[in-house]
Amino acid sequence: MSIEVRVPQLPESVADATLVTWHKRPGDAVSRDENLVDLETDKVVLEVPAPTAGVLREIKVGNGTTVTSGQILAILEEGAAQAPAAVARAEPAVRKQKEEAGAAKLAPSARRIVEEQKIDPGSISGSGRDGRITKTDVVSHLAAQAAAPAPAASPAADNMKKPAAPVHPLKAAVRGSRAEQRVPMTRLRARIAERMVQAQASQAMLTSFNEVDLKAVMELRTRYKDKFEKQHGAKLGFMSFFVKASIEALRKFPAVNASIEGNDIVYHEYYDIGVAVSTDRGLLVPVLRDADALSFADIEKSIAGFAAKARDGSITIEDITGGTFTITNGGVFGSLMSTPIINTPQSAILGMHKIQERPMVVDGAIVARPMMYLALTYDHRIIDGREAVQFLVGVKETLEDPARLLLQL
Amino acid sequence: MADNYDVIVIGAGPAGYPAAIRAGQHKLKAAIIDEWKNRDGTSAFGGTCLNAGCIPSKALLESSELYHKAQVEFAVHGIGVSDISLDLATMQKRRANIVKTMTGGITALLKGAGVTGLQGHGKLLSGRRVEYTALDGTKKELTAKHIVLASGSVPTPLKSAPIDGKYIVDSWGALEFDAVPKRLGVIGAGVIGLELGSVWKRLGAEVVILETLEQFLAIADHQLAKEALRQFKKQGLDIRLGAKVAGASIDNGAVNVKYADASGEHAVTVDKLVVAIGRRPFTQGLLGDGTGVQLDERGFIQVDHECRTGAEGVWAVGDAVRGPMLAHKGKEEGLMVADLIAGQFSEVNYKVIPSVVYTAPEIAWVGQSEEQVKAGGKPYKLGVCPFMANGRARAMEAPAGFVKIVADAQTDEILGVHIIGPMAGELIAEAVLAMEYSASSEDLQRTVHAHPTLSEALHEAALVADRKAIDTINR
Repeated sequence: MSIEVRVPQLPESVADATLVTWHKRPGDAVSRDENLVDLETDKVVLEVPAPTAGVLREIKVGNGTTVTSGQILAILEEGAAQAPAAVARAEPAVRKQKEEAGAAKLAPSARRIVEEQKIDPGSISGSGRDGRITKTDVVSHLAAQAAAPAPAASPAADNMKKPAAPVHPLKAAVRGSRAEQRVPMTRLRARIAERMVQAQASQAMLTSFNEVDLKAVMELRTRYKDKFEKQHGAKLGFMSFFVKASIEALRKFPAVNASIEGNDIVYHEYYDIGVAVSTDRGLLVPVLRDADALSFADIEKSIAGFAAKARDGSITIEDITGGTFTITNGGVFGSLMSTPIINTPQSAILGMHKIQERPMVVDGAIVARPMMYLALTYDHRIIDGREAVQFLVGVKETLEDPARLLLQL
Repeated sequence: MADNYDVIVIGAGPAGYPAAIRAGQHKLKAAIIDEWKNRDGTSAFGGTCLNAGCIPSKALLESSELYHKAQVEFAVHGIGVSDISLDLATMQKRRANIVKTMTGGITALLKGAGVTGLQGHGKLLSGRRVEYTALDGTKKELTAKHIVLASGSVPTPLKSAPIDGKYIVDSWGALEFDAVPKRLGVIGAGVIGLELGSVWKRLGAEVVILETLEQFLAIADHQLAKEALRQFKKQGLDIRLGAKVAGASIDNGAVNVKYADASGEHAVTVDKLVVAIGRRPFTQGLLGDGTGVQLDERGFIQVDHECRTGAEGVWAVGDAVRGPMLAHKGKEEGLMVADLIAGQFSEVNYKVIPSVVYTAPEIAWVGQSEEQVKAGGKPYKLGVCPFMANGRARAMEAPAGFVKIVADAQTDEILGVHIIGPMAGELIAEAVLAMEYSASSEDLQRTVHAHPTLSEALHEAALVADRKAIDTINR
């Protein structure tokens, strides 16, 4: 029975997706839930699993095409029984194809010249059907080569010699030939770029700084990290402290947890804290929902979970939607101070940085303390300077005296 | 019968019915409307091709060639036959049966693909509506997401020789003579005129073909046309070039045809006159008001390279649109449109469409003629292999003709292939495939051709182009 494989229902905020790459070819056997194709949206990569076991009959949409919810992607022929046979048949064909890949792409006449002249077929672009290299292509290639660096002195005898020509653009770049590589932005990166500019244009963004002495937090960690890990099965990091400290400050300054919608200020009476994670696809911000209700262990576990998901590209749109406040950490990369960009439509973002031992004056004496600069970029339209500064001071004071978290001060 | 469809095709000829069947294969709800009526009043799908063109003419060409061979060729094989008689009624019955089988086949294919077949008239209205008039006259309005116009073509009339269906006929009439005319006149030495002239010449008629152009078979490569003319003249076809017909009148049960050529005014008397000067697109009663579909100055429906008309959701294919009026071209366009409607990629490569004249010897060509290549300015090379050098052709007693390959002198790419000889229409398929893959003559040289076959002539011609032929003198 033929089954249509369709694009899954995309979330409301997503209009369409780009078909990145097919993992199966027509004729391949597929098992149930096996990933057939990757679809990329502005934020995540979706996998489309096979609804049943069977054989992929026909691919309707090719790589790089834009698709919408419910669109037919392929036709699957149901039937587990067929699958083994199909696999057996498909494999030898695929293997044979791979073996002959080089030879098959050359027309017989092209093959002859390539052999005689010892040309690398990879250096000739095929203008024939499906990219086949025709005799015309080879002849033109030879003509172009003969024409290019021809020294006036050498006579006709040399015209068949293959001159040394740069084959790969990147290799040429290494030799300093000023080559350029033009790579189109992935959909994800384009979307990130768009949102960043949007944020800058619509908000009155500025950044306020402070610094925090993390000695107390670090002592706490050193004392309890093993017990914590044994008890809760998660590592005690800094993030849980920062999330908790931020929430305390957000309670005192609700404007920092609010957002502007049209002409209204929406004060969110819940705390969904986004924690920025850097992936090779770009910056993703999974959200800890109702973080005020989460324990330290819950926070650490959730963050570790998101990090793993982000690494293997399985973060869902639901994971990264929403959020009332975001914390970003440039310190892991060595940043000492920065001005983070707000994650629209939120109104503020807290930037953590590198912990660096610095000489501080404590009770008149100079001591080395593990210091971190804190940055709060905020939307001045609804958060005024006093609030922003005092918010940061609140975060700093809570971190420097963690007992305050216990007492909700 | 439903009122709303995904696709409605108007015209069930060789362009329309494939479009409908392919739409059905794509699981689209399709209907096809066709108004073809045979002489006996019965309706049939298949259009001109199946009912009054391609198929019946091939049936008669085959029958007449066998009759001819029995009379002139059997003796050299040592086969003695006496009392060869012609029973034209039986020959025509065979033709009619083949047509009936084929058109019945179309009906079955349409049904098999889930297409609703409607006999009657289809008229395109604005807003993706079609007015369907059934055979009994009842009208119904249908709607569709896509409408494909495939109304085909009809023989071009000649004012100086109007069709009366009795003495002066068109190509359809010429296929259905119930007696072999003693003298047959044909106006037009194009593909249709030559084929019809050949049929009746073989069956015993005296055939005169009047061609208005000075050049014979101007659409073909000159060397090919020259050889063809030589062969036809040898067969006794009286082909008069540069002859412009001034008038035709019926006197005493015969047709008196007056024409003028370079040497003055002439007249010829024939028993039947066939007008075969060409075909023109048929769109009568097809387009309602405000449909947005435009016709060009010659009456063809204007379309782009994907056969879309100016109206949203309306397509047009086949003889009703620009391009060679060939059934296979119409078919490819019909399939392309159905695939495009289903959201797939599809295109027609107009550069590699073969043409065939089903005379004996058969003529076929694809790509550019030597003259066209020369006009383009690029240096070229030729490879000609006569069938006289081909063992199979000799064994078939068909040594006339040749294969000619025109290739680019520098890149060796095959630019055109021209064949006159046995099975030319079949042999050309190899050339079409080669050109689709931008093959060079060396590729043909390096492809194994079975021996002894007619296809070896293509192999040899490719070798001759490089002066490397074994079984042909390289010249």
